[in-house]
Amino acid sequence: MTDSYEPNIIAFLCNWCSYAGSDLAGTSRIKYPPNVRSIRVMCSGRVDTSFILRALKKGADGVLIAGCHPGDCHYQSGNYKTNRRIILLKKLLDQLGIDEKRVRFDYISASEGQKFADVVTEFVNELKEIGPCTLKEVEQ
Amino acid sequence: MSKEKKDKPKFAFYWAASCGGCEIAVLDIDEKILDVANNAEILFWPVAMDFKYKDVEAMKDNYIDVCFFNGAIRTSEQEYLAKLLRKKSKALVAFGSCAINGGIPGLANVSNKKEIFETAYIDNPSTENPDKIVPKTNSKVKEGSLTLPEFYDTVKSLDQTVKVDYYLPGCPPPTKLIINAITAIFENKLPENGSVLAPLKSVCDECAREKTEKKITDIKRVYEMENIDPKICLLEQGIICLGPATRGGCGALCLDANMPCTGCGGPTPNSLDQGAKMISALASVIGIEHEEEMSEQEINDLIDKIIDPIGTFYKYGLPTAIINRRVKK
Amino acid sequence: MAKRIGVFICHCGENIASKVDVEQLRKYAENLDNVVVSKTHKYICSEGGANEIKETIKKYKLNGLVTASCSPRMHEHTFRKIVKDGGLNPFNLEIANIREQCSWIHDDRKIATTKAKKILRGAVAKAGLLESLVAPKVKVKPGAMVIGGGIAGIQSALDLAEKGHKVYLVEKSPTIGGRMAQLDKTFPTLDCSGCILTPKMKEVSSNPNITLLTYSEVTNIEGSIGNYNVNVKKKARYVDLKACKGCGDCAVACRLHDRIDCEFDMGLGKRSAIYVPFAQAIPPKYTIDKDTCLMFTKGKCGTGPLCVEACPENCIDFKQKDTEVNIEVGVIIVATGYDVLDPSAMNEYSYANCKDVITTLEMERLISSAGPTDGKILKPSNGEEPKSVTFLLCVGSRDETECSWCCRIGCMSALKQAYLLKEKLGDKVEINICYTDIRSFGKGYEEFYRKIRGMNINFFRGRPSEVKDNKENLKIDIFDTTTNKLFEITTDLVVLTPAIVPRDDADVFSRLVRISQSADGFLLEAHPKLRPMDTFTSGIFIAGSCQGPKDVQDSVAHASGAASRAANILSKEEYETEPFISIVNEDLCSGCATCISVCPYDAITLEKQKDDTSIAKVDETLCMGCGACVVACPSGAMQQQGFKDKQILAMIDAYAKED
Repeated sequence: MTDSYEPNIIAFLCNWCSYAGSDLAGTSRIKYPPNVRSIRVMCSGRVDTSFILRALKKGADGVLIAGCHPGDCHYQSGNYKTNRRIILLKKLLDQLGIDEKRVRFDYISASEGQKFADVVTEFVNELKEIGPCTLKEVEQ
Repeated sequence: MSKEKKDKPKFAFYWAASCGGCEIAVLDIDEKILDVANNAEILFWPVAMDFKYKDVEAMKDNYIDVCFFNGAIRTSEQEYLAKLLRKKSKALVAFGSCAINGGIPGLANVSNKKEIFETAYIDNPSTENPDKIVPKTNSKVKEGSLTLPEFYDTVKSLDQTVKVDYYLPGCPPPTKLIINAITAIFENKLPENGSVLAPLKSVCDECAREKTEKKITDIKRVYEMENIDPKICLLEQGIICLGPATRGGCGALCLDANMPCTGCGGPTPNSLDQGAKMISALASVIGIEHEEEMSEQEINDLIDKIIDPIGTFYKYGLPTAIINRRVKK
Repeated sequence: MAKRIGVFICHCGENIASKVDVEQLRKYAENLDNVVVSKTHKYICSEGGANEIKETIKKYKLNGLVTASCSPRMHEHTFRKIVKDGGLNPFNLEIANIREQCSWIHDDRKIATTKAKKILRGAVAKAGLLESLVAPKVKVKPGAMVIGGGIAGIQSALDLAEKGHKVYLVEKSPTIGGRMAQLDKTFPTLDCSGCILTPKMKEVSSNPNITLLTYSEVTNIEGSIGNYNVNVKKKARYVDLKACKGCGDCAVACRLHDRIDCEFDMGLGKRSAIYVPFAQAIPPKYTIDKDTCLMFTKGKCGTGPLCVEACPENCIDFKQKDTEVNIEVGVIIVATGYDVLDPSAMNEYSYANCKDVITTLEMERLISSAGPTDGKILKPSNGEEPKSVTFLLCVGSRDETECSWCCRIGCMSALKQAYLLKEKLGDKVEINICYTDIRSFGKGYEEFYRKIRGMNINFFRGRPSEVKDNKENLKIDIFDTTTNKLFEITTDLVVLTPAIVPRDDADVFSRLVRISQSADGFLLEAHPKLRPMDTFTSGIFIAGSCQGPKDVQDSVAHASGAASRAANILSKEEYETEPFISIVNEDLCSGCATCISVCPYDAITLEKQKDDTSIAKVDETLCMGCGACVVACPSGAMQQQGFKDKQILAMIDAYAKED
């Protein structure tokens, strides 16, 4: 937990809601930490469990998946499935000894630019406290 | 050592961290074993014949035509033999789940050497070891020095240790697949290097059960079922079956016996991580019928019925999973 | 074939270049895998930028392009077109968002540049695996549906009909006309609202291209652009529309004659259980309100329903049932309008307890000669003329605790009503206007304001803390910021200008139509400046106040714009959609059927093969490209074009690794 540790966060954002919300944060010139690199998918329902595991394995300290609020999914129900997948994934992470807080699932709509910024800021602070993810250093 | 016969392919068999089932599987090819005995020269088979490591060390590189290597790599001895046999073999076949994905021994990756030794040698009800003596790699006795292989923290698959040419999946590999592989070797018709010697499709392709659509409302263990319908997909009856995420070739034998597939055939082609894929798939369809109305608590309760994710989804494949062992943080 | 990727980094004027060192980024890109050329440009969306991209594609024989620029949600279509014109398949394009997600967020140049490099690295990694894709074409069904029959819906319907398109206009209430029908006059011209509205209403009813479905509601929408399937519930009126001549004898005879609060008059007037909302209703037919009619609430109406006795044409039929129709259209325009905030919850204004505290819409009904008082300004409490009327603007508007937005029409409505009151009552009435700002922004609005300012009307700049009900009058304390003095206004009638809010079922409705809401709850436009009538759902447009508060002229302009946008699609026989559909690798699919129930559009079916096994099949015309089935596929046989597992993994790996 050195001071120079900056969490590397990979975010999966859905085109219609959270990616638009992230864009809105930028359009509104809201400042938030630079730790996020986002991957745009059409729906949060496209985020496979193996993506999250791969991200953590390859060097991410945290993974954020953000989709539409329940009921608002552009494709009706993708976000419900994402929710269940992440619940089950967290059970696996627990068994593997990985802090389940490293995977965060949030609902962010296209008009919630401030919320996006707040979520990122909160996540960065949380990950700073948990410390870096040491998976990439684990013996292969 | 028998005389070199130039026409006959030279075989070797080795068992690393394994149960011995794969060796039995070779014998399970019944009368075809005679074909093997007649048409191949077996240079090394510790379980069945009396060869020594130094016999293998003395061979030229690539002397062995095909080496069938089963078992995972978890000690320095096994690692040494994997590297040695790789050097001495033209083609190295990872035989069985343990060699390909780490297998059941791979589940030890939820632990480490210290914990395992403590449980095996010190902290268990049937052992009295007040001096807490555990195996050491080097012990000096009056006659000299005794060595034991080093026991690693992490179980690895064969191809995490050396380059592998072919993969024969299964726990053990089904008879039919073994026969196909051996026939292909004799007829010089092996597919391209790196291939898995099994069908491309998952177990569902060979499973006779009816599949309509998956809307799982409850998870049940096999013993909790009063009646398992032999004609309908087990997943659709709420029993976790890894068939859809597992490579076929086994003829879906377990399903015929009303038991779910536990995934020994390993991942399907292009699958990054067999366990992760099954998690994604199962979570997609569990509770899907009323997903819009279910409360967060109801969803959690339903998913909590899936106990032991590692044991369920990575029973044979933990060492080759994306995250392949328990970590502290 | 090896990938040859060109990278174009946009300065975007100062938007990117002021925070990101674009030259450093350009050099960095040169060293990334598969990149053969890396350039910067001031504005790659400009003509000059486009030409340079096209030339570079040809010169370097590129088969992939990456732009480091604004968000793909901004210019993906623009860049795809440029790439296509340059001879490259438009889906071999990947956009690195270094503006909305980088330069506009971070002030520190070093941090912004470092982050931009990482973003670009991910985009180039994905671009290395992109494939040429063919955009599928869908046949566009002729016809449009307009949901909502207010002035916006009417205008859109008329415009589309004029272009020769078939239009289905669906309206929830028994007549079209909406809010504008409730107005007496419109600002700033003081046109009689009914006089300018009813000709349009009449046109709607007589236009052969328009099918009017009043007293009807949309219950389900399926499909996608060019091919929408809408279920409409036609509510039973219990009156035979063909036979009804609109004579009104039934309403006069009704046992509950003049006993039911009239919604059109905002509760200030009364109607019968069988009614027509207003005299110029289109269609000019009567409707039985089953929530109040005794035949439904009590099971019988005295000794027999009086309306049946009175009706000369035998139109009344209590056995009528709601019916459902299914309508296929190519596009949909949503014009569902607005509600006004109910000030009851704001106790300080005494609206709930005091009859003489009313809203502007209620005042509009009093002013209207067709209203509950025949146009006489009378206090609702005792029917006497008020000696003093006070307007309070911004009730619930520009208020962090209620509605943060400006209602846009409050100032002009109040000024208009003040003028009309003076016209009716002259100097017998004292008029006070308490305002926050006077927003008279439109054409002729400022001039109208000046005219009112020159009349004998008192203006106070401030927000009163409360309206005190003293029974025989009302008192308002107000601190006027222009004179820095505290005033106490004693008045007879208070008119509140409440906030304009989305319809109370806006969230249910937006989900039905699958469009989003903005933070304020109004329906979300695709871009507030450039695409104010589009939504993010292709083929669905929004018109009028459902998108945000507007006056009549802005609603009409918005509606005509929406009609034009919709017509763009209807004028084509085929429409190109996006190719991000799911595809099954038949060599790997074992027919496990896990994907079947996961698809929200029922696009996947199991097809039996000759050898009795089954394989999943995706219907391209139904697949909307969400990718849920890809994740649900346990064997990896299902993939999504443009978002394949390997493409996403390449981005993950590029992002995850340390620098």
